[in-house]
Amino acid sequence: MQGSTVDSSQPIVDFHHTSGVDHGHHGHPDHRIMGIIVFLVAEAMIFLGLFMAYLTFRAVAPTWPPEGTPRLELLLPGINTVILIASSFVIHNGDTAIKKNDVAGLQKWFGITAAMGAIFLVGQLYEYFHLEFGLKSNLFASTFYVLTGFHGLHVLFGLLLILGVLWRSRKAGHYSSTQHFGIEAAEIYWHFVDVVWIVLFFLLYILG
Amino acid sequence: MTQVVQETFSPSPPAPEPGKRDWLKYFSFTTDHKIIGIQYLVTSFVFYLVGGFLATLVRTELATPESDFVSREVYNGLFTVHATVMIFLWIVPAATGAFGNYLLPLLIGARDMAFPKLNAVAFWMIPPAGALLLASFFFGAPASGWTSYPPLSLMVNKVGEAIWIMSLLILGTSSILGAVNFLVTILMMRAPGMTLNRMPLFCWAMLATSALILISTPVLAGALILLGFDLLVGTAFFNPTGGGDPVVYQHMFWFYSHPAVYIMILPVFGLISEILPVHSRKPIFGYKAIAYSSFAISFLGLIVWAHHMFTSGTPPWLRMFFMINTMIIAVPTGIKVFSWLATIWGGKLRLTSAMLFAMGFVSMFVIGGISGVMVAAVPFDIHVHDTYFIVAHLHYVLFGGSVFGLYAGIYHWFPKMFGRMMNEKLGQLHFVLNFIGFNLAFMPMHKLGLEGMNRRVAEYDPKFATLNLVCTIGTYILASSTIPFLINVVWSWTKGEKAPSNPWQGLTFEWMTTSPPPAENFAVDPVFTIGAYEYGTEEAREAIAAGPVLAMAPSASHG
Repeated sequence: MQGSTVDSSQPIVDFHHTSGVDHGHHGHPDHRIMGIIVFLVAEAMIFLGLFMAYLTFRAVAPTWPPEGTPRLELLLPGINTVILIASSFVIHNGDTAIKKNDVAGLQKWFGITAAMGAIFLVGQLYEYFHLEFGLKSNLFASTFYVLTGFHGLHVLFGLLLILGVLWRSRKAGHYSSTQHFGIEAAEIYWHFVDVVWIVLFFLLYILG
Repeated sequence: MTQVVQETFSPSPPAPEPGKRDWLKYFSFTTDHKIIGIQYLVTSFVFYLVGGFLATLVRTELATPESDFVSREVYNGLFTVHATVMIFLWIVPAATGAFGNYLLPLLIGARDMAFPKLNAVAFWMIPPAGALLLASFFFGAPASGWTSYPPLSLMVNKVGEAIWIMSLLILGTSSILGAVNFLVTILMMRAPGMTLNRMPLFCWAMLATSALILISTPVLAGALILLGFDLLVGTAFFNPTGGGDPVVYQHMFWFYSHPAVYIMILPVFGLISEILPVHSRKPIFGYKAIAYSSFAISFLGLIVWAHHMFTSGTPPWLRMFFMINTMIIAVPTGIKVFSWLATIWGGKLRLTSAMLFAMGFVSMFVIGGISGVMVAAVPFDIHVHDTYFIVAHLHYVLFGGSVFGLYAGIYHWFPKMFGRMMNEKLGQLHFVLNFIGFNLAFMPMHKLGLEGMNRRVAEYDPKFATLNLVCTIGTYILASSTIPFLINVVWSWTKGEKAPSNPWQGLTFEWMTTSPPPAENFAVDPVFTIGAYEYGTEEAREAIAAGPVLAMAPSASHG
């Protein structure tokens, strides 16, 4: 999918480049990064909508969380949060590496990020299986599972992007200091997923 | 530099001869923004015919006070699917997808959209989503209105409701992907010299629309996901019996669906701002006022949603907030309307079909706008909430506004799209039938609503019978007005008089290339030289007389 997007936008990019009127200072004028960022605005809004729904449920309910909801354990999600936030710094090292044409460095840092993302997901699943409430227990439980689940799907997708980058980086010359859209895209997406988690952690675990 | 460009692009095929064109390309996964635009237009028009057919069934049922034509259950399905089709499969894709895709690159002097393949993906999500929605009739159509308020929507025709949710999620995704494309294209791909403040006004309208789509559509998706969980899994987000709150759904739904009104009208405002100056031979009045008022409308449009919920237990102080915001929207809208009137004031008006529909748009939209200010007032709204006054209001905005404007756009750009002129006589017949039928169908609904006739009911008090019969007759006239249009399109497309490159003597880039434009729109790099609306100047006359200069090889244009 990503590869095909590259191909289709190539003629336009070349055209602009040849005409030499804009992006003159930029080595590789293409708009895909901007496209990703604009798309993430929409992604942010879906999370914002769900967060606002949660806050409204919370504000309107006579008691929150509803009576009989067991308190959430903080230790495991806390560790998970630290891992996810740390992974944002780790993935950035990969980006720095490829800008120095260091493919091995890229693979190392993206590999570590992928491992951290996988640990996060496994931790999340572990929490799901050990919680004392299910999806339909009450309104808090439902919002908890839908919000963390929807975020978890985004982590999974980010993880797949990272694995995709690792897969492609096996071919020599696929990524270089001038050609690394996929790496940047995966990194931006990963940061986004990270920021969403911070808000989500605050809303569900701290605020309750 | 131009030499280099010419060498790079000489292999691009010239415009195919009209009539010999390969029609299969309209069914292909093409990345050409012009073909995608036409794909959007034709697909959404087919859905418009379907939605219109459903509307005719609805009005046939309402011709008499008894529920005698279809059962009440079927009636509920008919009006639900009618509204959903008209909004999500006709006006939104036609206004943004069809005209946005076809016109934007041409207007800003680009060769395609920023992400052509993404563009094709966004289009090809629409036919399956539409087919899915219509297929719901086989399983019991969704019957809780296009608003799908829980708990009602969780109780009737669950399969149809699930299909409705699925279809809307696909259509929303398509809309968001389109908006990403429009935004990046407008911001990054303009021709040299075309600053934001020199863009044709349709581009401004699409910028404001795309921002609205990006911000509001995802929230509807969130609401639909939660509704889907309630429906299919049995959670109780919106179900009061399980401790949920149905009002939260209403907030999330209207956070999209009120801006959706602007998503459906802002692009059409843009079309009208392009059409009126061309057919009045006058510069647009108040360029910046029209351009920036779109953003005022977008911003205000995001903070008025609860005016749909004045009767949903919204606290009085909050009602005041939403009432005042809503009324303020009349200001930027009024700025546009007065600018349009000032544009055609004293112009050399050409009463072409496009111009007739554009002027019809302005007059009909104003009626809908005024009744909009009326229903914004809390005390009045509480009286007319869920009555036919609302039905009248929304059809004056969406039909008298959006649909009239879309027709104007089709008549105006048809020669560019297909290289053939449309028949003016048939166009005028279409307009007259459309105008009479529309007003006959919807004007009496104001009175019906004020007298207390509820919407979304198959049966009504016999005292409303006469006016309802008038509405139904109007609907039949309105439906029949489509026949001359369809004949016109089919006949013109195949046998119409060949269109010159600039049949209306316009000044925007699309008129400076051939009709239809070649595969990559221009043979030379367009450079901004003359404003889009500088009619009446010597430069404008020269630019119009020069012909399709942007489609000629550089050596030829330099003589």
